[in-house]
Amino acid sequence: MTDDTRARIDELVKANPVLLFMKGTPLFPQCGFSSRAIAILDHIGVDYETVDVLQDQGIRQGIKDYSDWPTIPQLYVNGEFVGGSDIMMEMYEAGELHALFGGTDQAAAG
Amino acid sequence: MPMAAEDIEAMIVAAIPDASVEITDLAGDGDHYAARVVSASFRGMPRVKQHQAVYAALGGRMGGVLHALQLTTVAPD
Repeated sequence: MTDDTRARIDELVKANPVLLFMKGTPLFPQCGFSSRAIAILDHIGVDYETVDVLQDQGIRQGIKDYSDWPTIPQLYVNGEFVGGSDIMMEMYEAGELHALFGGTDQAAAG
Repeated sequence: MPMAAEDIEAMIVAAIPDASVEITDLAGDGDHYAARVVSASFRGMPRVKQHQAVYAALGGRMGGVLHALQLTTVAPD
């Protein structure tokens, strides 16, 4: 990964309290796992931003190295890597994801 | 080329010897799997680290030849 890509990812995860790196867009996810991640976030009703890795090859490869995680989607909350869609689902079922979003900056501000 | 379920299981067990691995071929196409991995070594480990341990066992195949593996990791009670 280039320094430029690392800096761009750093900036993205720091600027967005809830950020999902995904394939496609929330309206048109291009992969079942990304679609599942969106469904979980929508169901919880949290505000989030997304990055479509299919539109940016640098980020598509770079985010895998950045997180040490081989697949997309990837969820970041308050700059911390949370996991992929399997972990999101496990945390959702355990109620841990709600707790996590209870602690986001936007929840505190709202 | 897709991976056989036995190969996935063998690679996980080679890296995590006490692991009990259950593989389900979700679509019947040898390409979309679910794996449930139970190992005492996961105890006290955050979920991300547990999954990373399994991905490491698969030696870079995850996201490559193995494109869809729905993963559940569990520490035994």
